Amino acid sequence: MTALAVETIGLSRRYGRRWALSDVSFALPQGSIVMLAGRNGSGKSTLLRVLATALRPDYGSVRVAGHDARSERELVRQKTALLGHNSFHYEALSARENLAVAASFLGRPYDPSLLARVGLEARADDPVTSFSAGMRKRLALARVLLQDAAVVLLDEPYGELDPPGFALLDRVISELRSRARSVIMATHLVDRGRALCDRALLLEEGRLAWSGPAAQMPTEAPDGSAVA
Amino acid sequence: MNPFLAALRKDLLLQWRTRSQLVAVFVFGASALLLFSFAIGPNAAALRQFAGGFLWLALLLASTLALADSFESEMAQRALEGLLLLPADPRALYYGKAVANLLQLTLLGAGLVPVMVVLYDASTARLPGLLGIVVLGAAGLSAPGTLYAAMTAQVRARNTLLPLLLFPLVVPALLGAVKATSLLILGDPMGQLAAWTWLLVAFDVIYWSLCGLVFERVIED
Amino acid sequence: MGKSVWPFGLTGLGLALLAWGTTWGLGFAPREAYMGDVQRIMYVHVPTAWNAMLVLTFAFLCALVSLLRGGWVWDARLEAAIEAGVVLSGLVCIQGSIWARPTWGVWWDWDPRLTTTAVLLFGFGGILALRQFVDDPVKRAVWSAVAVVIAYVDVPLVYFSVRWWNSLHQVQSSPETVSRAFHWPLRINAFGVLFLVAGLLELRARLAFMRRETELAPPPPSETAVAAATR
Repeated sequence: MTALAVETIGLSRRYGRRWALSDVSFALPQGSIVMLAGRNGSGKSTLLRVLATALRPDYGSVRVAGHDARSERELVRQKTALLGHNSFHYEALSARENLAVAASFLGRPYDPSLLARVGLEARADDPVTSFSAGMRKRLALARVLLQDAAVVLLDEPYGELDPPGFALLDRVISELRSRARSVIMATHLVDRGRALCDRALLLEEGRLAWSGPAAQMPTEAPDGSAVA
Repeated sequence: MNPFLAALRKDLLLQWRTRSQLVAVFVFGASALLLFSFAIGPNAAALRQFAGGFLWLALLLASTLALADSFESEMAQRALEGLLLLPADPRALYYGKAVANLLQLTLLGAGLVPVMVVLYDASTARLPGLLGIVVLGAAGLSAPGTLYAAMTAQVRARNTLLPLLLFPLVVPALLGAVKATSLLILGDPMGQLAAWTWLLVAFDVIYWSLCGLVFERVIED
Repeated sequence: MGKSVWPFGLTGLGLALLAWGTTWGLGFAPREAYMGDVQRIMYVHVPTAWNAMLVLTFAFLCALVSLLRGGWVWDARLEAAIEAGVVLSGLVCIQGSIWARPTWGVWWDWDPRLTTTAVLLFGFGGILALRQFVDDPVKRAVWSAVAVVIAYVDVPLVYFSVRWWNSLHQVQSSPETVSRAFHWPLRINAFGVLFLVAGLLELRARLAFMRRETELAPPPPSETAVAAATR
């Protein structure tokens, strides 16, 4: 039996009176590259944050990289990395210092080549406050690479990036695939997702509307409106 | 690297980068000391008698600013959450921040002592003892203050909530610090300094342990 | 939470006992030798003070259970207990002032127990404010429980520090340190306040529980949802 990267059964999470995720069940084998699609507010970010253990599920069970997300949070965190809407940076510190702080908690030596890989070499010592949105995204990507996680969770990674940034991200995903890592990527760029990913999950108002091979994901709802 | 040392290093680096804020807080504390003296008037004996109390009031007020500042950088881009997800041990994150805040408040207190000496004619020969009390009192403010700053940084009306929660809590530490400081300035004929110092130590020990235990619940979702 | 009517019964019983004890103490108990009629406030002040500490201890226990076991029932009881504690502490302070004014000529004597109660009033009042400003029910429950635990641990420290601070200046008596020739009205009132507060507390907790239910979405309708939730 192949090991599962992620397995959820009946996952539900609410925000006050609204269910952001409602009875979501799916299983993804290790090494899957998965596109998570859905309209704004469909629950993509919430799902990624639950998988990263930034949020607790209200109902249901969640297993990530072989560990339970409720009772073995620390183990799950060791094996996941999240590229979220917030960049997790200290604005007052430089790019290099931010990565060094993360490295010190990971117990790893700081790798100077990471900044070069994401194209921030020239601005390594500038404070993050001076960075544009795209540069912050690149730094966040470097942070994810530093973590070297088994399951990589990307929340709309292409947003704010320029065309070279797109190419960088494509390269990163291919490399993760070749190293048998699992990737779950929430994105609105459905065509790109179809090309890069093996599987897709489609969320609609917190419910899992469709799952299957990425190439076959429907683009239109029965009423003709765009699905993601 | 030991997670506590990693956290402490991170917090000291952040404090160094934002040191201009500390200067502003110090100026606030010094102006408070000046304004308090207007409440007494130019009565040298009275000023001297109440100097200890006013020093600690000024430091208490200044601490709410410094403590709130210490979590602004953590919340702006959710940096604290980012660290938790690495994973980083929440207790290490707490103690790193609390120790860094302790150092900052000690610096503030030590900086306000000369202001007090000048404005209130309140000097003491027992300067090491006074600095010791500053450290113990700052520790009493830092432990619960760091916890509550982490809490209130996540909600609205944070600038009001932090002092509202902190001030009643630190009454024992405040009393201990004020009495000890006054005894050092005015003299201690009945040898009460030890008792007040032990009160401060007890408060510090209890709250440095307790707040470290509960910090994780306060910052996790 | 339960829907039974015992809290109403308890409240009624409490009011009855309170009426009996207060009438007895204020009207018919013997006059105190040194302080006169002013001392009669003891028949209300002491029961209120005892119950204030009792309620705050109950709040501490609710906070512990809420943190360790979770569940909205205990958070509802915690909310009710904090409110009741604040009200009772406020009453103790007011009663203390009413006693102090004719006795010492000032509105506030820095009696250690009274001063500790005042600090408690502000401390737990602050926690009530915290509950108002936190919108997320889960965070509100955890944070106020943590704050109550921290504040309660402080109580002995506050008491001792104020006592030492006060003892250097003056030793003042408080209503309860004078001769207690007549215990019965006191005990009746103590139980009166206890039953009254207990009944009202349960009712208030039910109200808080119902509010929680309107704030949170009910469980999702699904057959596959595994109810392994902690909250």
